[in-house]
Amino acid sequence: MIRKVLSFLPFLAVAGLALFWWLTVPGRIDSARLGGLAGDPARGEQVFWAAGCASCHAAPESQGEARMVLAGGMAFPSPFGTFYAPNISPDPDRGIGGWTVADLANAMLHGTSPEGAHYYPAFPYTSYARAELQDIADLHAFLATLPASETTSRAHDVSFPFNIRRSLGGWKLLFSRPAWVTEATSPEITRGRYLVEALGHCGECHTPRNTLGGLDYTRWLQGAPTADGKGRTPAITPDKLDWSANDIAAYLATGFTPEYDVAGGHMTEVVQNLAHLPETDLKAIAAYLKTLPGGG
Amino acid sequence: MKKTVTALAALFLAGTVTSPAIAESHMDPAVEAAIKARKAQMQLYAFNIGLLGGMAKDAIPYDADAASKAAANLAALSKLDQSRLWPQGSDNSALGEATAALPAIWAEGSDIMAKGMAFVEASAAMEQAAGGGLDSLKAAIGPLGASCGGCHKAYRQPKD
Repeated sequence: MIRKVLSFLPFLAVAGLALFWWLTVPGRIDSARLGGLAGDPARGEQVFWAAGCASCHAAPESQGEARMVLAGGMAFPSPFGTFYAPNISPDPDRGIGGWTVADLANAMLHGTSPEGAHYYPAFPYTSYARAELQDIADLHAFLATLPASETTSRAHDVSFPFNIRRSLGGWKLLFSRPAWVTEATSPEITRGRYLVEALGHCGECHTPRNTLGGLDYTRWLQGAPTADGKGRTPAITPDKLDWSANDIAAYLATGFTPEYDVAGGHMTEVVQNLAHLPETDLKAIAAYLKTLPGGG
Repeated sequence: MKKTVTALAALFLAGTVTSPAIAESHMDPAVEAAIKARKAQMQLYAFNIGLLGGMAKDAIPYDADAASKAAANLAALSKLDQSRLWPQGSDNSALGEATAALPAIWAEGSDIMAKGMAFVEASAAMEQAAGGGLDSLKAAIGPLGASCGGCHKAYRQPKD
């Protein structure tokens, strides 16, 4: 009997490996869905600011016009190692100048590279997965208009077992959730939800994570320790953030709190991006935040 | 006489082993005064920006004259000489809770002066814009906030 079971073991191991391989295949978009999508760079610029690409992909400490050179290099320390933002400028070799709309869609919606590898979720595809294809096509058109950089992307400094990219397929199975987190009850709140839950990827910092780095959706936007463990990102649910909707919108445009102090930390960069959006979008974000259930 | 010296030494020793909170009250008076003064300076910025920001977010009715005065105050404040407000060693690694000023302000490669100049320029732009109508004020408030954020992101301890 035991011998019989043992003789099955190699088969089980192979079957298990095959199952793991099959379950962790990097996802890709059905390219038929992209047929006929033409990108509009002017609309794409709005997507660019709403999605906050420059916050992470501009070279660290760059100012003004230099922030439009998406050379990468910013470090993201985390419990799993240090990630480095890559060059996403239009350079065909060092950046993403050779990417098609489908390549960008696979990256943003599925966290899959053009070569078919998993990206680490430091790149917030868990949020971008909710983005509209037209917005991705527009963003693709806008990114192509930016200056190219020849900077080589720095390799991530991640330890075993997190350096096995295939295992990220398992992470995605467990933690990808492209559905909306909340119900939206009006066109304004639907727009706000899109900006917060998809492009703005607010939940990536303002929502706590479990030990494997997956977002805890039961505590959506209720505040979290920062990834480097040195500080906290505040709760932005209405029970904790008691500013008026108008005050929230003004803060997102200028960085000024209702006491006329200013945003600090990474939020400074977020405000620099959001300041480019129309007031109606910032008011939509505020309206959305006001609908959230409070934390405990 | 000898007794007095011994008593003083005992007092001194007692002082050195007390808690840091008490140590703060023994801060160099010149440093303490500088921290107080620079916080007051920030309060005056906030008081004047408060009127401009309130108008920009339609919480206060636009008044060209009042906006101009607040912006002129801000521009004047931004140009005050601040060299005595920021003595060496008045940072939060030396003084703890007494200040949120990071040591990076004084470190090599600090661009605090350039960031300070950006605030002076944004304040001057606001002084030009504030009396010229609400849209003109609204256009100047974002860059003003960004210039404040420039220093606060790099050189102030974030609050939790």
